[in-house]
Amino acid sequence: MGRALLVFRLASRDLRRRPVEAALLLVVILAATATLTIGLVLRQAAADPYQDTREATAGPDVVASISPPLSGGQPADRGELRAMADESGVLAHSGPYPVVGAKLAANGHTVDVQAEGRDTATVRVDQPKIVDGSWVRDGGVVVEAALADALGVSAGDQVSLAGHSFRVVGVAVTAASVPYPEASVYIPPDLPHGSKLPPPPEDLGLVWLTGPDVRSVAGQSDSLSYVINLKLADPSAASSFVAGYAPANPPPGTQRSELPVGTIATWQQIRDDASLLVRNEQRALVTAGWLLGLLAVASIAVLVGGRLADQTRRVGLLKAVGGTPGLVAAVLLAEYVVVAIVAAGVGLVVGWLAAPLLTDPSAGLIGSTGTPPLSLATVGIVTAVAVGVAVLATFVPAVRAARTSTVLALADAARLPRRTAWLIAISARLPAPLLLALRVAGRRPRRMILSIASVAVAVSGIVAALAANAELGASNFGSSPQLDNMRTQRLGHVLVVICVMLIVLAAVNAIVSTWASVLDARYASALARALGLTPQQVSTGLAMAQVLPALVGAILGIPAGIALIAAVDPDSTTYPPLWQLLAVVPVTVLAVAALTTIPARIGARRSVAEILQSEHA
Amino acid sequence: MSDVVDAVVVRASGLRKEYGKGEGTVRAVDGVDLEVAAGETVAVMGPSGCGKSTLLHLLGGLDRPSDGEVWLAGRRIDRIGEKALARMRRSAVGFVFQAFHLMDELTAVENVELSALLAGSSPRAARRRAIDLLDRVGLGDRAEFLPSALSGGQRQRVAIARALSNEPAVVLADEPTGNLDSAATLEVLRLFESLHEAGQTLLIVTHDSRIAATADRLISMRDGAFVDETRLTGGTSGSLGALAGLEG
Repeated sequence: MGRALLVFRLASRDLRRRPVEAALLLVVILAATATLTIGLVLRQAAADPYQDTREATAGPDVVASISPPLSGGQPADRGELRAMADESGVLAHSGPYPVVGAKLAANGHTVDVQAEGRDTATVRVDQPKIVDGSWVRDGGVVVEAALADALGVSAGDQVSLAGHSFRVVGVAVTAASVPYPEASVYIPPDLPHGSKLPPPPEDLGLVWLTGPDVRSVAGQSDSLSYVINLKLADPSAASSFVAGYAPANPPPGTQRSELPVGTIATWQQIRDDASLLVRNEQRALVTAGWLLGLLAVASIAVLVGGRLADQTRRVGLLKAVGGTPGLVAAVLLAEYVVVAIVAAGVGLVVGWLAAPLLTDPSAGLIGSTGTPPLSLATVGIVTAVAVGVAVLATFVPAVRAARTSTVLALADAARLPRRTAWLIAISARLPAPLLLALRVAGRRPRRMILSIASVAVAVSGIVAALAANAELGASNFGSSPQLDNMRTQRLGHVLVVICVMLIVLAAVNAIVSTWASVLDARYASALARALGLTPQQVSTGLAMAQVLPALVGAILGIPAGIALIAAVDPDSTTYPPLWQLLAVVPVTVLAVAALTTIPARIGARRSVAEILQSEHA
Repeated sequence: MSDVVDAVVVRASGLRKEYGKGEGTVRAVDGVDLEVAAGETVAVMGPSGCGKSTLLHLLGGLDRPSDGEVWLAGRRIDRIGEKALARMRRSAVGFVFQAFHLMDELTAVENVELSALLAGSSPRAARRRAIDLLDRVGLGDRAEFLPSALSGGQRQRVAIARALSNEPAVVLADEPTGNLDSAATLEVLRLFESLHEAGQTLLIVTHDSRIAATADRLISMRDGAFVDETRLTGGTSGSLGALAGLEG
């Protein structure tokens, strides 16, 4: 009990004594835990809005469609769909409903849509839930909610569908189709003979009309496709139900004559497609969470290393009065573990609250992604990562402190620098600032490696974000590129947030590392000035000592970033433009140089006499 | 040979401490033999760099000898593990340093109870003992002060109270008045006198003859070895202030 009190007291007092460093630690771990929390919450959130929508709309387990034969001149064979409804295991169905492809124009935008002809009466399977206005009636169109949101239309507005004017009578959500902009494809595109299938449109909407209105839009009934919604006795058996039918999604490049005339999809496929946006964000955020965790390890290791250099006498005193090596290590670890636990708690709350901002399911699905409670697994993973980061980063310095000679620690002797003979020989021929930089960097190889790793991690994250951005830029947005594309917008926001956090943490690392070097090399710097170096030469040397590892880290970060893209998204073939990759290196080096200048200058201006008199090393 | 010796609190035999290798080897302590009996006050004097502090560190288990034996409170400590050594320092030794070595972020009373808490005392018992000790060194009214708010003499008295916290077999003091002015030196001397009268074993390393004059035995040290030993008849039983030349 007494020892526990002592450990707590020493840890808490030291944190209070150095609030800025404690705050830095908190921010560093918080950034990592909050990002990881958002990523993990998203994993849960991805499925929930679809599930809510499915329950509210009596969502189907299987959606199948049929189109007219490719040879033309014949109507679609609805018999095949009706036969499906008669299969064993089908509890209920709605449809077949006529569907036609058309251009919808509203508020200056034109979008490809599929118009589905529905009964005015309520049905038992796939009854879209009205979120604004009312259900279909003659002359009135109900617009799928995500499409309505993107077009900025609501009940009472006027739209044009294939040249016919309709009044928007309602806005609704459905679980039978993926929300705009990636609505499920019911009908093959209207292609001339001999042409090949283009990539699936990424900008396709869904509207509902009455059956007669759909026929009037279609012009001739032979061009109508039909869609049926099936409710199975065992929804989990949907995949095996559809297994016997033709493949729903022919690959791009398929000849028109080879196109299937029907599509079929399970509710799980629709759910996965509907959650694609959230899944991409989740993948990016979880990856970023781990990257930030790595950066946090580097930050804390440098911070702790720097602090311990300042705590040598304290460690010696603890040992002199009978503290065992284990207790000394416990005191040092406790400090950072407490910060890590606080950061994990705050990170969990921040991440949980921030998740809905990034994952708002849009009007296309109902429910809120922010509402799922934090699962025990998420709390456990985030806390374990935070504590693991702190322990990992503190372990080596804590063990080193515990094993330090008590007598040397009491004398507050600086830890002896590493002598790197070849570096000393090489640097002898260099200009004074570079000579000092190489020797300062070489004194603490572990810190240099941490600096390289820190910059490499940040640069690899930025390269991956640039690649994701390039991929978004290369996407095909179908017939209305002028429309705001949610996927681009939201993923873009996520990437910006990730890049900013990576840069902030890397910047904190650079500053902390510089300051640790300034403290560590104070005697060498003072001696160099006593021997005739100007403060400017010394500060340039100290800053260069950070710039050199940054250069190596930036160069290593580029292949690491490309490897990261390949690991996170093996299907991706898009890489950032060469000029962006090349620009990353000088921009990183310049940024590090700018960040390290101030602490280096402060360090170089301390009184030479004071340092030389106070040093025992 | 048994590892337990009674009556003698501190014993060193053939104690040697070397730094460096080959021709550059420096012998900081060179073949020292010493016995300090329970209740005895021993002063070790010598010029700077003669090895006094190193000897104290070896005797207190802060450092390990290159050769020889060290016995503390009846237990041989030169070959025990780091953890056991820490426990010995906690239970059998109280250190007083020239530079005080107080924890800057802890108050006076928290500094004093540090050793007791490390030894596993309950927080309540440790606090009670710390307050008693602070009263004893005349700092009961400064218990909640941080070291930065205390004078040099007061800090050293807090350090002495801390050294006594676990009722150690021996208090090892390394230049305890080296950083103090005359008035503060007198305060500390009086404290050591009262400790001696209470039967506390003391081993004081100093180059201040006024401190040395208060001991039962004075050992002179040069180049790592003992060169002279004098039993002082006056000890601390006479008028300390007059003896030390600090009063009147």
